[in-house]
Amino acid sequence: MTASATAPEPLHLVLGDEELLVERAVRAVLDSARKVDATAELTRVRVSELTAPQLAELVSPSLFSEGRVIVLESAQDVSQEISDAVMSYVAMPADGIALVVVHTGGGRSKAAKALPATLKKAGATVTECDKITKPAEREAFVRNEVRTAGGRIDAAGVVALIDSVGSDLRELSAAAAQLVADSGGKVDEDAVRRYHRGRADVTGFMVAEKAVAGDRAAALESVRWSQQIGVPHVLVADALADAIRTIARVSAAGRGNPNQMAGELGMPPWKIRKAQGQSRGWNGTSLAEAMRIVARVNAEVKGAAADPDYAIERAVLDLIAAKERR
Amino acid sequence: MTQAVWSQLVGQEPAVETLSAAAKSAAALVDGETTDSGAMTHAWLFTGPPGSGRSVAARTFAAALQCNLGLGCGGCNGCRTALSGTHADVRLVVPEGLSISVAEMRSLVQAAARRPTTGRWQIVIIEDADRLTEGAANALLKAVEEPPERTVFLLCAPSDHPEDVSVTIRSRCRLVTLRTPPPAAIAQVLMERDGVEERMARWAASVCGGHIGRARRLATDESARKRRSAVLRIPLGLRRPSDVFVCADELIKTAEADASEESKVRDEAEQDALRTAMGSGGTGKGVAGAKRAADAAVRQLEKRQKSRATRTQRDTLDLALVDLAAFYRDVLVTASGAGAMLNHPDHATQSTDAASQWTPASTLRRLEAVLACREAIEWNVKPRIAVEAMVTTLREG
Repeated sequence: MTASATAPEPLHLVLGDEELLVERAVRAVLDSARKVDATAELTRVRVSELTAPQLAELVSPSLFSEGRVIVLESAQDVSQEISDAVMSYVAMPADGIALVVVHTGGGRSKAAKALPATLKKAGATVTECDKITKPAEREAFVRNEVRTAGGRIDAAGVVALIDSVGSDLRELSAAAAQLVADSGGKVDEDAVRRYHRGRADVTGFMVAEKAVAGDRAAALESVRWSQQIGVPHVLVADALADAIRTIARVSAAGRGNPNQMAGELGMPPWKIRKAQGQSRGWNGTSLAEAMRIVARVNAEVKGAAADPDYAIERAVLDLIAAKERR
Repeated sequence: MTQAVWSQLVGQEPAVETLSAAAKSAAALVDGETTDSGAMTHAWLFTGPPGSGRSVAARTFAAALQCNLGLGCGGCNGCRTALSGTHADVRLVVPEGLSISVAEMRSLVQAAARRPTTGRWQIVIIEDADRLTEGAANALLKAVEEPPERTVFLLCAPSDHPEDVSVTIRSRCRLVTLRTPPPAAIAQVLMERDGVEERMARWAASVCGGHIGRARRLATDESARKRRSAVLRIPLGLRRPSDVFVCADELIKTAEADASEESKVRDEAEQDALRTAMGSGGTGKGVAGAKRAADAAVRQLEKRQKSRATRTQRDTLDLALVDLAAFYRDVLVTASGAGAMLNHPDHATQSTDAASQWTPASTLRRLEAVLACREAIEWNVKPRIAVEAMVTTLREG
């Protein structure tokens, strides 16, 4: 790299709340600062604990202009006063100082909400660190991690790893690096299974999806996993109820274009489209039965049954039986 | 000849007899004519179906005990203040939330141990004693068992089943059972007390199911009448599959609207009052600390308000469910040809219609579904889930 001669950008905005990525962004700024000046020091301050004079002291030019990286954390809690102080510094940045503003993108006060936009306008280098929520993004993240660690992973391996490790990026990243080291670079499903067993993430929605699809084995498996990792019973029961009543409402409304039905049913089109697919195999009678089952289990998990684990399992079995009986 | 205050109790002659005898003995005790407690005792439990006037009975009895003349004249200072709930020695516990807490009961027990300021009786009235949590009931237990000489506990529970109140409390009380007042008596009260015109009063009395408060609401409130007729349209209005969700949605929305309407009126005013009391808007030293304390207090208030809103929502829903259940009962009665009095005589054509369409077994299944829904809501099932399951069954039969 030839970056050694160029000083780091004086102003950075790290936007988002995915901790690992935020951490990495800060680290990257520090690394580039250390390339210029190996003694560059890192100062982290929470914005809520900062006063304007303190900030002025932090960013004031020093005699030998040593490298400094100043990280303002939780900038979403910024007050108008600090925000003004930051902006007045940004207008006249000092040499050798890299100011990193870490902001979740949210914020309560007006000043806090406006801060990212004003910083962008002032020419900050923006690093987006949004929470990874979509499965595809998470898979891309894992692939990227493995590649950075110097290995390769196939699609089945990615799925297996996410299934068994969960969705926490830090854990995924650590597991990926470890797997690359252990398996000598090529990571496939077998390699993942050798080191990881079980399932880390089961939501009530997954249970519900399997149950309304009528897949008894898969539904029971996910119920047991959800119990194993302690998904609250109420959430599973609510997810079951939501899945059934969505199907019932959509199939009661009859066939139609999801986009047109969205307004009438008060649901997003994708949900309608999904329910239309799921409604195959259900009819009026079996849905009525299913509605009663989910209402029953809703009471049972709230104390009507002696054993909520059993209540959920029975409800899932009853739902599948109702579907098959039609 | 009974005294004037008892006229408040509509169609409850047996209970009035017991209570006025007790009041007479109580007066003798206070005047020191005798030390024999006679018909008077230290704890009473009023039970009866909703609307039969349990709390009215309790207040009336309190008035009779506090009456300056001894028997409940209805005109003296003691009677009037006790009836309106401002008497210094009558403590009213009227739960607005979902339950009565232990803390509330502990402070009440302390207050109950004091001597009456007017020298007659220290009276504690707990409306909805079925809402006592287990802990609260236990906190009350000792006091109810052996109260100080001049303290009287009056508990009310909305049931024709005294077993809704824990057995430990019940066994320490004398039971007064109120009955469903006859329609003629209700119509009479509506006309005399609320000035409702005769036709409306008779109609309201005939459809209220013996609930005096409900009859008054129906007679005086147009939107209550509308809501009732909307509910009664449901049984015969479930033709297409999507009707289930429309009807369920309407039931839920009405209940929610009722709750939010009430909270809109009261919540904000209460919060403002509390903030003012905690010194909001002040300037100078120590404001920050005061503001923190105020915020904590407001959060607590919000919690109570939320509990109250949930209760309003459930009560409204319950009212609708009771109306529905009564309709199915009417259908059963019509089908059996028993000729018993209908709950909704003004919907007789509909119930006759339904009786010819449905078998008694399917009507019974529908009735069961309504009752199961009431129970489910008590179990804290999400109202929407419970109601939709019920309406689905109503359509199917």
